[in-house]
Amino acid sequence: MIRNLWNDLNGTFFPESALDYMPVERLREVQLQRLRAVTSLAYERVPLFRERMDARGAKPADVQKLEDVRLLPFSTKADLRDTYPYGLFAAPMSEVVRLHASSGTTGKPIVVGYTAQDMEVWKQVIMRTLYCAGYGRGDIVQNMFGYGLFTGGLGLHGGLESIGATVIPISGGNSERQIMVMKDFGVTAVCSTPSYFIHLVEIAGKLGIDFRRDLKVKRGVFGAEPWTDEMRRYIESATGIKAYDIYGLSEIIGPGVAAECACQDGLHIFEDHFLMEIVDTTTLEPVPDGQEGELVITTLSKQAMPVIRYRTRDITSISTARCACGRSIRRIQRISRRSDDMFIIRGVNVFPSQIETALLKTEASLPHYQIVLTRKSGLDQMEVRVEVTGEMMSDRMSKMEELQRRFARSIEQITGLHTEVTLVQPGTIPRSEGKAKRLLDKRNEGN
Amino acid sequence: MKIRQLSVFLENRPGRLAALCQTLSESGVNLSTLTLAETGEFGLLRLVTPEPDKAKQVLVAAGYAVTTTEVVALQVPDRPGGLASVLAALEPKGISVEYMYAFSMRAGGDAVMVFRFDDMDRAIEALQAAGVNVFRPVDLFGG
Repeated sequence: MIRNLWNDLNGTFFPESALDYMPVERLREVQLQRLRAVTSLAYERVPLFRERMDARGAKPADVQKLEDVRLLPFSTKADLRDTYPYGLFAAPMSEVVRLHASSGTTGKPIVVGYTAQDMEVWKQVIMRTLYCAGYGRGDIVQNMFGYGLFTGGLGLHGGLESIGATVIPISGGNSERQIMVMKDFGVTAVCSTPSYFIHLVEIAGKLGIDFRRDLKVKRGVFGAEPWTDEMRRYIESATGIKAYDIYGLSEIIGPGVAAECACQDGLHIFEDHFLMEIVDTTTLEPVPDGQEGELVITTLSKQAMPVIRYRTRDITSISTARCACGRSIRRIQRISRRSDDMFIIRGVNVFPSQIETALLKTEASLPHYQIVLTRKSGLDQMEVRVEVTGEMMSDRMSKMEELQRRFARSIEQITGLHTEVTLVQPGTIPRSEGKAKRLLDKRNEGN
Repeated sequence: MKIRQLSVFLENRPGRLAALCQTLSESGVNLSTLTLAETGEFGLLRLVTPEPDKAKQVLVAAGYAVTTTEVVALQVPDRPGGLASVLAALEPKGISVEYMYAFSMRAGGDAVMVFRFDDMDRAIEALQAAGVNVFRPVDLFGG
């Protein structure tokens, strides 16, 4: 069957999504035009970018082809903190119509701004994200991302309204009420962090609510934290919904940077707005397509706060094959770990996501945990502290000890490292902004 | 016949048990009996109270991991062979004791002990058939 390239797999045409199917040559032309424009804008308006480019002897006019992006300096989250709050803004405040801030786990938050045009672009990429996941008019959508300074809630909200869906701006929290609303309001689609949704699935179970029998939810977009294929399989098998991965970060725009389509095989980056590179985390040189590295993004259309070669710290690779959905914009693999979370113990690279995968093999929902690294007589030791929940509890000591052994075995299978697992009381692992601090490296504290 | 026991996870650290008792006392929950099983690093506190629902609610709200288990309280003759005579009713049925501990009150000169068996229903049946007094919650806590 010959399919019109501009329609999605079901043959539906969404004007906003047409850009996902742009001929590749034309897409690269658009990217180059925009890269040149954003480089000039950043050079002229943002002292930090001008100083860094001058230091490298790079001028905006040097950008003649897309690969010339490599002449430009990198930027990082530290740059946003150092120039807090508005130091990277390229537009006067009179043009900035929206501010968001991310919860820094340490110190000051970072602040991001949007002009009216940026808001329009944001809305468009969210619409494209939602169309990728099959959302549309008639959907009743429970948006459980936080509303407020966090980009998740309001970011998705704008796109949801624009596709004609009915939005329930409920934010996160109050799990029993979430389930009640899901049932009573006839919710057909959800937006959530994967870990919170897994928590809700369990609460629903306890309330005697069966997703397939009692609810109408058919699909969900999940993001704002790295997650794993195990988590997706759990969500889909426990509820019968389709779970789509979405990707974004406040520094770039918020949600709407990349999204999974019906094929659920990697996330399409909206390349007409975001130029991606994958670089080696140590040499910062580009890696070949298909090879893993750190995702680096240059915003191609942002006016209020353009960022050049932003190091996302997210580890992924570019999929080279054309997606079966027909979109020409390229895909990245699911991001399940971050380069800054990686640690090396006894010569082995370990990511907290591997520990999460191991814990999830034993428990249906991810318990709060903390990895503690110490050094005994020159040897690195890894301890994983796991907060005991009511679900894990048994009245029998042997069962509790068995649980401890299962965790340790599962971690050893995945990382190859022997680990001491310690069960701790709920609430004893320090949290910041509700997130547990995952890694405590005490190896260089002196013994 | 069965009474509900709460099991609470406690780390083996100074003050943890005291903090839990304080939480319960502030809510006016009375403890009928308790026992602590422990390894080097953590303990399981098993407790019996006249108000298990309220106690669980208070403990969960205070952030403890709690689970409820059914146990029985039996009258055990306070004489040599007293416990053996009770357990004798179970052995032929292949029912075993998972754990047991003493209740804080006595009944007519006999001891009262809390038992958890691997098959609670068959255990109760066998014990009653053998004439062992299986206390009802009302016998222990009053109406």
